[in-house]
Amino acid sequence: MKLQYRHFAAIEKHAGLLGILIAFMVAFGGLAEITPLFMKAHETQPAPGIEPYDPLRLAGRDIYVREGCYACHTQMIRTLRFETQRYGDYSVAGEFVYDRPFQWGSKRTGPDLARVGGKYSDEWHRLHLLNPRAVVPESNMPAYPWLADALVDAKDVQARMRALKRLGDPYDDAEIEGAIEALEGKTELDALVAYLQGLGTQGERQ
Amino acid sequence: MTSNETYNDDVVRLFLLAATVWGVIGMAVGVLVAAQLAWPALNFDIPWLTFSRLRPDHTLGVIFGFGGSALMGTCYYVVQRTGHTRLALEKLAKFTFWGWQLACVLAAVTVPLGITQSKEYAEPEWFVDILITIVWVAFGAVFFATLAKRRIKHIYVANWYYGAFIIAVALLHVVNNLALPATLTKSYPIYSGVVDAMVQWWYGHNAVAFFLTAGFLGMMYYFVPRQAQQPLWSYRFSIVNFWALISIYMWAGPHHLLYSSLPDWVQSVGSVFSLVLLMPSLGSAANGLMTFNGSWDKVRTDPAVKFMVVALVFYAASTFEGSMLSIKSLNSLSHNTDWTVAHVHSGAIGWVAMITIGSLYAMAPRALGRPQMYSIRAMNVHFWMHAAGLLLYVASMWTAGIVEGLMWRATSPDGTLVYSFLESLIAVKPFYLLRFLGGVLIVAGMGVMAWNMWHTAEHARARLIKAIPIPIPEPPPQYARSTT
Repeated sequence: MKLQYRHFAAIEKHAGLLGILIAFMVAFGGLAEITPLFMKAHETQPAPGIEPYDPLRLAGRDIYVREGCYACHTQMIRTLRFETQRYGDYSVAGEFVYDRPFQWGSKRTGPDLARVGGKYSDEWHRLHLLNPRAVVPESNMPAYPWLADALVDAKDVQARMRALKRLGDPYDDAEIEGAIEALEGKTELDALVAYLQGLGTQGERQ
Repeated sequence: MTSNETYNDDVVRLFLLAATVWGVIGMAVGVLVAAQLAWPALNFDIPWLTFSRLRPDHTLGVIFGFGGSALMGTCYYVVQRTGHTRLALEKLAKFTFWGWQLACVLAAVTVPLGITQSKEYAEPEWFVDILITIVWVAFGAVFFATLAKRRIKHIYVANWYYGAFIIAVALLHVVNNLALPATLTKSYPIYSGVVDAMVQWWYGHNAVAFFLTAGFLGMMYYFVPRQAQQPLWSYRFSIVNFWALISIYMWAGPHHLLYSSLPDWVQSVGSVFSLVLLMPSLGSAANGLMTFNGSWDKVRTDPAVKFMVVALVFYAASTFEGSMLSIKSLNSLSHNTDWTVAHVHSGAIGWVAMITIGSLYAMAPRALGRPQMYSIRAMNVHFWMHAAGLLLYVASMWTAGIVEGLMWRATSPDGTLVYSFLESLIAVKPFYLLRFLGGVLIVAGMGVMAWNMWHTAEHARARLIKAIPIPIPEPPPQYARSTT
């Protein structure tokens, strides 16, 4: 037994060796599970019909991110029959390639939103965001009245589009230029409603 | 025999104070957001007070404020004691304290203002992430430099866990937060969609593994034998569990994404490793509990031991639950429901908070130059409030989660869904009220602890205490019974 223990004793008596071995052991899992995803084309390629977010929807998405909606809403319809019955076709990888960050969420205090686009009218969304209990009396969702008063900052959205372009999203300069016009007079409420109404409406299902 | 060299407990005391304060703040915010789910009027239509913006303040406050301060403080305490040496790079150690507090405050202020990445448990934006990275590297430098000048040749197992915690959290934090800033307050991750999801849950799961498990196991491996006045049950078993735990945990992240658009093979790999993880998890819990053999009477007399024993039981229970929830068929029921919330909190309130509170009660009198805590009775009161709050919280959320899971999947004979989403929300509302009451009990208990700490620190505040001399030469190391 003494001889066997000596192999471990070296690790237990040298801080540097211990540190290096720890780093070595913890590196495997991530390497094995993350790197193949980068290489596998269809995980990083858009599904047919999926385009980068136009300026208004991008502004809306960033508001969704800013307000922390992921705490209560998922955007991931799982491959389970009772999910597709409730929310529509299950989500596929190619639908999310322009989502930075992804907003799949992990908790449904409210329903999934992956395909909520077009299910309600714009007016319903406005009323609901300003005061959820006006349209759903039992809802426990917070109200977001400040969205109606704030205008979208077009210059800011342009800076964001340029950053996304640098990360590889296919925006062209004309589109970024056009953001000023597209966002003229738009409130944050307009942007968020446009984003929600676009959710799940773009892809073509094979 | 003693020398002139003393332990540096100044930084330890600062972290002890910070852990207590963040514990009260973080859990109080938790109670507020729990109340908001029960009574939405409590959002007051004020942006920064709104549930969705405030919830990260609860998670960040308890994980990084409370947990982080407790981990760094106990780490500095333990690495000195187990190496019979004074803390290295003392100014840098002071910097890690102020830097960490600044990072936590910045995070807690910016996220409710809407400056957030909205990646769970990694919400703070790029400028806070850079500060965290700097502080973390400094923390690692202090720890490993102290380890390097230890007088005890053998590195005690608690330090292994602290070391793994530091190395892995650095790796996770940097990889998950790689982002391109678009403006001062907004960045986009370099990953998108499925890859971002995988990176995020590799981070999220291993934040649980290395921040909330490995770090606190380090705490456990020092303070449990110390408080039980017994050697570790099996030193060799702790070694096996260590290497198994740190290498297997890293694979288990995909169990957060079962039935999602993540490739199937990754889901399966994550699921299998989560089941294997059961062994080192239960092994560590058993090793801790068995260490009390011969000292079980202390459960009656020492409230710190009460906290530790219940913490280890909840560690075993919640890791068992975690492995079970990684089985795809059970996950299809539990995922996205309040069962996840119950599981996280049985780990967080049961294991993490209780091992921390037990260890702080064990460390505080020694670091504050007192023979014992100011009030043993208050410690007992805290224990019962915490335990009752924990059971109320976890039982109500388990029930809510199972109700939601069953209602969402209920299908009538003609193939249509039985319940609307809203009906499931209405069904679980009473449980949100019970959960709120559990939270109130837990925060009130933390208030009792804060009061007790304040009084225990009286001599330290009046600068009446002396630094503790380091015993030199080294006594023969005491390993587990089984190695002799």
